Amino acid sequence: MADYKMHIMVCGGSGCRASESDKLTQNLDTALQKNGLEEDVQVVTTGCFGFCEKGPVVKILPDNTFYTQVTPEDAEKIVEEHIIKGRQIKHLLYEDPNAKELIPDSKHMDFYKKQVRLALRNCGFINPENIDEYIARDGYAAIGKCLSEMTPEAVIEEIKESGLRGRGGGGFPTGLKWDITRKSEADQKYVVCNADEGDPGAFMDRSILEGDPHTIIEAMAICGYCIGADKGLVYIRAEYPLAIERLKIALDQAREYGLLGEDILGTGFNFDIELKYGAGAFVCGEETALIHSMEGLRGEPTFKPPFPSVSGYNEKPTNVNNVETFANIPVIINKGAGFFSQIGTGSSKGTKVFALAGKINNVGLIEVPMGTTLREVIFDIGGGIKDGKKFKAVQTGGPSGGCLTEAHLDTPIDFDNLIKVGSMMGSGGMIVMDEDDCMVAVAKFYLEFTLDESCGKCSPCRVGNKRLYEILDKITQGKGTKEDLDKLRLLGNVVKDTSLCGLGQTSPNPILSTLDNFYDEYLAHVEDSKCVAGQCKALMQYKIIPDACSGCTLCFRNCPVGAISGERKSPHFIDQSICIKCGVCYEKCKFDAIEIV
Amino acid sequence: MPKIKLAEKTINIVKEICAKYDNNEGELINVLHNVQAKLGYLPAEVQELIAKELNSSVAKVYGVVTFYSFFTMTPMGEFPISICMGTACYVRGAEQVLDEFKRQLKLEIGKTTEDGKFSISCLRCVGACGLAPVVMVGEKVYGRVSPQQVRKIIAEYQDGCPSS
Ligand SMILES: Cc1cc2nc3c(=O)[nH]c(=O)nc-3n(C[C@H](O)[C@H](O)[C@H](O)COP(=O)(O)O)c2cc1C
Ligand code: SF4
Ligand code: FES
Repeated sequence: MADYKMHIMVCGGSGCRASESDKLTQNLDTALQKNGLEEDVQVVTTGCFGFCEKGPVVKILPDNTFYTQVTPEDAEKIVEEHIIKGRQIKHLLYEDPNAKELIPDSKHMDFYKKQVRLALRNCGFINPENIDEYIARDGYAAIGKCLSEMTPEAVIEEIKESGLRGRGGGGFPTGLKWDITRKSEADQKYVVCNADEGDPGAFMDRSILEGDPHTIIEAMAICGYCIGADKGLVYIRAEYPLAIERLKIALDQAREYGLLGEDILGTGFNFDIELKYGAGAFVCGEETALIHSMEGLRGEPTFKPPFPSVSGYNEKPTNVNNVETFANIPVIINKGAGFFSQIGTGSSKGTKVFALAGKINNVGLIEVPMGTTLREVIFDIGGGIKDGKKFKAVQTGGPSGGCLTEAHLDTPIDFDNLIKVGSMMGSGGMIVMDEDDCMVAVAKFYLEFTLDESCGKCSPCRVGNKRLYEILDKITQGKGTKEDLDKLRLLGNVVKDTSLCGLGQTSPNPILSTLDNFYDEYLAHVEDSKCVAGQCKALMQYKIIPDACSGCTLCFRNCPVGAISGERKSPHFIDQSICIKCGVCYEKCKFDAIEIV
Repeated sequence: MPKIKLAEKTINIVKEICAKYDNNEGELINVLHNVQAKLGYLPAEVQELIAKELNSSVAKVYGVVTFYSFFTMTPMGEFPISICMGTACYVRGAEQVLDEFKRQLKLEIGKTTEDGKFSISCLRCVGACGLAPVVMVGEKVYGRVSPQQVRKIIAEYQDGCPSS
């Protein structure tokens, strides 16, 4: 970033792009040109800053001013006020929701204070479409070091020592996996990057690929060097067009610079990478299914062993790692295993990226040291629960994980602790729920997902999950019995114990964990036909309290189906046969005249 | 389904794509992606042709097409509406938004309106969870959609393409 005096960093991640950040970039460029500043100020489209809640996000360097919810129309003002006159634009600054004060720069935001960014180190700092910016931040130094100074064994030893465990869900020690693949003898081996990211509501891997694609390329090449493979494959979701585009650009640039292809850096090492596209099947995130999918087949898992590291793609030894796992590799090589292993807890080293979402103030992407507590993540970084509601549960591990409660908030997050309390790390989705979320409905939501995604190969998963779903559905309809709750537990455990792959083996977790932690809520459904959260539609009605209704007609005007009738200034009435229970009237009423019964 | 006869042009498109991947059976998924991108969907006749070109069986091609939710055998609407049903969107009320789309268009998921204008589908996380609940119409992303906005969104497309 040589001669420019200032940089305007604009987030170009999927989230901010959806709110027109690309138009904002264009307008900034135009405004700079209009003022003859294009030589002095550079507009950089970066990867995700993580603060997706308030996107589009703009950061100005060198002063670190952090603007949120910037619209394309704000471009001129940013140039004229901030760039030319050096005055911060108040209404674009972020307001701390608790202290109610404006925060001048990113360094002072609670959102960033507790974060440690290793895997996300470049996201939001560089233009992902420019290899020089990656190189300027130590990019491709690690592969250089490996090829020129280290033997493959030494690199593997370093990774082992760092304590890095797979970030794709399983938490398998990465160094060990590389070692096993290295020791499998074959004429051809493969390095595979698992970028399938199936957990709905999680977007860690996408953000890394969009914000820092070169780090994955570099790490895959290092892995290839270690295990003795000259071919890499990235299996990426077709639903991620921006990540695919950036990865393609990065691959071309790396080839042009001689960092991919034949005789890399003149060391005689060959390595190249090809993209393979997913086609919308969650189970393809499972490594054996993923390999079949890459071979052009239905993505059905097969029994392990043999593990991919022995017999994988085209029946050759294949090392499969997750995107975030790879993103940590260059850091470990550059800074040493010791640097990495001093972060984290006894059994889980380094950091973990989480996609925070749901009923939380700061939806976004965060990276924290292992061992950070759920409370710190949700309340300090996440800014607490939306609209001042009460925290109820946090779901980790996606469809394979569980729901944790208030009582678990002080649990330090790591692989083993989360399993101990009945959930799991998973790939890093973290969904926060408040008092309005019904835990039975949440369990049903996840089960519906697994049901959809079960490949159907084995009957416990195909049939068992269907039966589990039917029982849950019955409960949410108010037709469940207490015996059903026992059945859920029994059947859930059978499905867990007898399914072939990780999908079926974990699919009952959302049910089992909510049964453990929210049994009362299930009981209320089956014994009193009551949904405490007021979410199960079959169990509730919206009613107008005639005495409280002022006849303001607000509900009447907002009801999307015309279920409300009544004269101005006299109590209104909801026709239950028309009402779709959308809750709009409840939200709009200023007189608390609508009750849920 | 009545059999359709593929136009010469369509046949050539499919053949070209298969050739681009060296008529390699292992590239089936890439071939299907490319063909669907060009034709919009993968009718049975196209699958037969692909099977022939790749020297594979129709059963295998059909097996793969039906396995993956990304592939469709029915044409989508001119303005395909996708409602995100990822967890982040779900807990922020995506279900109500979906219900409202279904009600307004009198459509079920996976179906297309009679005039061919709209179709509804669900998808799992487009990665804009900060804007939940998220709806996509074609390539355009709508964030923080409430059931009340649904009518307005549909109206944008009712009389041809929106201005922008
Ligand atoms: C149903 C299922 C879905 C999975 N989905 C993913 C995924 O989306 N991304 C991923 O990296 N790993 C996923 N995994 C884990 C992979 O099988 C595999 O363990 C992982 O890619 C290994 O990489 P790691 O050691 O770097 O974590 C999934 C596993 C199962 C059983
Ligand atoms: S457990 Fe489910 S997803 Fe896994 S192989 Fe069996 S049917 Fe398929
Ligand atoms: S869950 Fe809807 S965009 Fe992620």
